[in-house]
Amino acid sequence: MGPFLETLIGGLMSGMLYSLVALGFVLIFKASGVFNFAQGAMVLFAALAMARFSEWFPELLGFDNKLLANLLAFGGAMLVMVAVAWLIERLVLSKLVNQEGITLLMATLGVTYFLDGLGQTIFGSEIYKIDIGLPKDPMFLMESTFQGGILVNKEDLYAAAIAAALVVGLSLFFQKTSTGRALRAVADDHQAAQSIGIPLSRVWVIVWSVAGFVALVAGMIWGSKLGVQFSLSVLALKALPVVILGGLTSVPGAIIGGLLIGMGEKLSEVYLGPMLGGGIEIWFGYVLVLFVLLIRPQGLFGEKIIDRV
Amino acid sequence: MIYRENGQFKTSYKNDQQVFAVTQDRIGIWLLLAFAVIGVPLLADEYLFRAVLIPFLILALAALGLNILVGYCGQISLGTGAFMAVGAYAAYNFMVRIDSMPLLLAVLLGGACATVVGVLFGIPSLRIKGLYLAVATLAAQFFADWAFLRISWFTNNSSSGSVSVSNLNVFGISIDTPAEKYLLCLGFLVVFAVMAKNLVRSHVGREWMAIRDMDVAAAVIGIRPVYAKLTAFAVSSFIVGVAGALWGFVHLGSWEPAAFSIDRSFQLLFMIIIGGLGSIMGSFFGAAFIVVLPIFLNQALPALGALVGVTISTALVAHSELMIFGALIVVFLIVEPHGLARLWSIGKEKMRLWPFPH
Repeated sequence: MGPFLETLIGGLMSGMLYSLVALGFVLIFKASGVFNFAQGAMVLFAALAMARFSEWFPELLGFDNKLLANLLAFGGAMLVMVAVAWLIERLVLSKLVNQEGITLLMATLGVTYFLDGLGQTIFGSEIYKIDIGLPKDPMFLMESTFQGGILVNKEDLYAAAIAAALVVGLSLFFQKTSTGRALRAVADDHQAAQSIGIPLSRVWVIVWSVAGFVALVAGMIWGSKLGVQFSLSVLALKALPVVILGGLTSVPGAIIGGLLIGMGEKLSEVYLGPMLGGGIEIWFGYVLVLFVLLIRPQGLFGEKIIDRV
Repeated sequence: MIYRENGQFKTSYKNDQQVFAVTQDRIGIWLLLAFAVIGVPLLADEYLFRAVLIPFLILALAALGLNILVGYCGQISLGTGAFMAVGAYAAYNFMVRIDSMPLLLAVLLGGACATVVGVLFGIPSLRIKGLYLAVATLAAQFFADWAFLRISWFTNNSSSGSVSVSNLNVFGISIDTPAEKYLLCLGFLVVFAVMAKNLVRSHVGREWMAIRDMDVAAAVIGIRPVYAKLTAFAVSSFIVGVAGALWGFVHLGSWEPAAFSIDRSFQLLFMIIIGGLGSIMGSFFGAAFIVVLPIFLNQALPALGALVGVTISTALVAHSELMIFGALIVVFLIVEPHGLARLWSIGKEKMRLWPFPH
């Protein structure tokens, strides 16, 4: 029972981390109808910016306090992501306004390649460290009930807490502020929102910036776990089944999808993996999503697809 | 003035339904074929064959297959790399396990196995549409990645996971020089291109296009969605499987599952988007663009840098290639979302009137 719980908790927490990345997808799809394949590249770009800024700012400005360096790096990276969002909106989105989904998807793929190359050109292509003070030692829970206790990674626990706080913050932002209301209006119907005076391009810049903020947080956490390197941009491929399982238009769906996929991946790896030769993590999420989509074609919490004929 | 159709009257149904109805078009395509078969082997050097022409031919074939699925039938598929892998590994297994299996038969049987897998992974398309289907086909991609790595039966129990083929021969003629490989691929491409063009002009092709445009309305007027979608997956996977077998046997010689990874799927999707969805010609244009672009950038960027007096390191060249590639994709999609094929047909329209403005 002990190992099962350990795997379960480990899976749930890695699922939270996937949902962090998935949140960015859902936010952008909800508000602008674009499936942003570049989310992974944005995570990498943001993490690179933060890692490098936390090295450069202390050198440039001549102070030694790590907390201050991290805060300034976070702020600097956030500014960079807002600039990226604005540029993407001006140069890509506004020119492709009424095109079909696959064209927009390909455009975001092009943006992915561009951001990959740009990030490595500006910030360098080695492995960088992000040290935000997350404790890396493991914790043993319930030592009295189970022999040896259940191993829980403290870093993952903090990451899950940060992710939960982010989701709560985003929900409050969407429900209580007027900007959030404007975002929800645009998500419902672009034309109606435009006709009552909501500035569409500004809303899109805000949405991509919020997605950039989510990417920055995700990049920070994953970067402090794995180190900031190119494989972060492949994270998007691991987060895709989460987005689809939860439904492309649902924020709680992204969280629940993440938990389910994380749990399923780890449990299948430990219990099914040995029978099938190991390494089934890479496709388990996708095959699970395939079967769920056969039963519910719009994902667990997505909007039903209504075809007008 | 040159490209006018005046005086070209069709006097039989057969002539009226020709693929190349304009005489200038027909002469042009025969000249192109003659140049491709006779001229190119005489003029091209080995580097051009290995790096440009053979990849172009094989990837154009794969792009043709994908265009049938995505461009003509409207089902977005991101699992093309998996189908290529199935074709390659199946053909390899047929060659290795059955003595004196002819190469052509092995390649075609590899395509047939890819058809079976393609139809299997195409079944979700009966229920799922659009972006959800794209992600569902990624399941095929990752599953194939895993299967060819971990299930050792597929790689004939090779310890390293990579397989190799040598001594290709067709009807007794051994294929080892690049020119012979080029001609073999050209033969496959021409046959399949003719087949595909005829397929999309037939009733099956019209069913595909009806499903693409308005699938509910098509079902209402009596087109069976199951038949149309699954035949699209079948034909597309067959062509892609044959292309995969050719890629492994003729171009690579020895390969591992990473040769058919998700990057390959994205590359093929770029080819058909840039070339033009729903157009046979577009697959060729897109394949040419995507194959030639990295090579062109590789040569041009250091030269440009030397011109300005800046030495560009290889890492910077690699990163700039990524950036320019990405930027070009976006620019292309903004300027001409229907692809190079549309630019080509606009050009032909202008040529019809030249030198008059209208």
